[in-house]
Amino acid sequence: MADPFLSIQHVRKSFGATTVVEDFNLDVERGEFVSFLGPSGCGKTTVLRMVAGFEEPSAGTIVVGGKDITKLRPNQRNVGMVFQAYALFPNLTVAQNIGFGLKVAGMPRADIDARVTEMLGIIKLPQMADRYPYQLSGGQQQRIALARAIAPKPKLLLLDEPLSALDAKVRVSLREEIRSIQKKLGITTIFVTHDQEEALSISDRIAVMYGGKAEQVGTPFEIYNRPATKFVANFVGTLNVLEGTVTDAAAGTVRVNSEQVSLKGKLNGSKSGDTLSLALRPEAISLGRQPGRDSSLSGEISEVHFLGSVIRVRVGIGGSTVSLDTFNSPATPPPAVGEKAEISFSSSDMLVLH
Amino acid sequence: MKSGRFWAWVVFIVGAAYFFIPLLATVEFSLRMRRGVHSFDAYQIVLGDPRFQATFLYSVIAAVFTIILGVLVVVPTAYWIRLRLPQLRPIVEFITLLPLVIPAIVIVFGYIRMYGSNSPLPFLGSNMGANALLVIGYATLALPYMYRAVDTGLRTIDVRTLTEAAQILGAGWGTIIGRVILPNVLIAVLSGAFLTFAIVIGEFTMASLLNRPAFGPYLQNIGANRAYEPAALAVIAFAITWGCMSLIQILSRFAPKSANRPN
Repeated sequence: MADPFLSIQHVRKSFGATTVVEDFNLDVERGEFVSFLGPSGCGKTTVLRMVAGFEEPSAGTIVVGGKDITKLRPNQRNVGMVFQAYALFPNLTVAQNIGFGLKVAGMPRADIDARVTEMLGIIKLPQMADRYPYQLSGGQQQRIALARAIAPKPKLLLLDEPLSALDAKVRVSLREEIRSIQKKLGITTIFVTHDQEEALSISDRIAVMYGGKAEQVGTPFEIYNRPATKFVANFVGTLNVLEGTVTDAAAGTVRVNSEQVSLKGKLNGSKSGDTLSLALRPEAISLGRQPGRDSSLSGEISEVHFLGSVIRVRVGIGGSTVSLDTFNSPATPPPAVGEKAEISFSSSDMLVLH
Repeated sequence: MKSGRFWAWVVFIVGAAYFFIPLLATVEFSLRMRRGVHSFDAYQIVLGDPRFQATFLYSVIAAVFTIILGVLVVVPTAYWIRLRLPQLRPIVEFITLLPLVIPAIVIVFGYIRMYGSNSPLPFLGSNMGANALLVIGYATLALPYMYRAVDTGLRTIDVRTLTEAAQILGAGWGTIIGRVILPNVLIAVLSGAFLTFAIVIGEFTMASLLNRPAFGPYLQNIGANRAYEPAALAVIAFAITWGCMSLIQILSRFAPKSANRPN
């Protein structure tokens, strides 16, 4: 990345003796959609608030479009932000809310009206101009908040868990709408969420955060399939973790529950006799031997959950339990608890957690 | 259940009687000025008295200035305490309660000693200075009511997020307070304003000891020298106070509604 649009370099934030963000680094390209994903208290909102100017970094710099904005006040940054709690001004109509930033900037009345109409068209709520926030649903309020944030044409759009307060159905439709508007306008966007599905579905890249640091930054595909750390592997998606012992480091073989699995090229300096944590995604595992799967383990079915189109099966293997999903087939009854079962997988799908 | 309801009504009627009987007696007495018939003579005399008009006008003007001073002091203070200094809230609440604990007579004696004509700040050396001191004193007396009204109003809105939303849209502090915060707590501010008005209109101690031609000392003077007119004045003062309370109720219906409190 030769010339990043947003560059966050060595940013640290401490509140008294507590450090909530430690040496955070991230470069974001123009027009990119980057999500900060992590559990509560990992520092993702603090980083966003530092980019917005609501918190001043204890150290480090934030550069947008080549200009250092680290010390600028929020109203000098030309950044748009959507808040979790909508934060629409209750005393103003929808049109007045959307036009607020334009009025503050001193735009002529006719231009404000035109821009407000354009924004209402973009968020597909053209008939709502004269309504007050309390007359709108949560989803509508958040769309108005989005329109208000992008109306002044900010350089950067910050979304602080904008979907958290909405119900599941609205959340899915609104996240698709946010992504489509973002792509259409080409606006560089930072999206904070603790919902991995949200982050995976709409981001160009994801920064997975833990303990005030970015554990891994990568595309959703990389984050999900090639997690760099144990935390990322556990936090993103469902993961089955098995203990294995390296039997032959040179040949790359590992013993899992008395069966040999070949992990050539993945052992990364492990020695024979070392104990490793091995991880498999549920979708990488099949019940029974399947063609193309080079490894298998035997166990006993401990739980079966019928979820409609999918059946979630848990299989006890040694001291561990492996979870896997199979599609429902009306012609085949689901497996029974207590049955002996064999699971198969490709050793290339197995992750070694370091 | 029925017995409980019966006793509830008994308590309500006794309470209402305790409140209304003296009031009705005062109204009835104020109408007895003309021997043998009920008339509004006492009201005519009171309302036609040039001293009534002058003192009432003086107190209304003093009330308006007190409200302006109170809003200018209390709104930014309560806003800043909520936004940036919540740890100071107990201290500020304690300070705003002091006028309820310290009698007005103690405050006004303190003023006379501090701001007499020989002091470095000789407020009492001129009429304007004394008027200003009276308004400052009234603002102090009204502080517990004004602060609580504004603080309650601020509690109903998400001050921090609304402030940040306005800031990120480019607004400065003046715009934030003037266009975002104040309109959303306007009803609370008006409640505080009407309570202030009611306090100022009937206040006696400060106005009397600072020798100001206010409505309170006039009420006392009439009460000491006349029979029926004080009752008429009491009814008028009561009507003004009730009018203020009714206005608070009416205006609260126009309060900006949040999504969380649609009705």
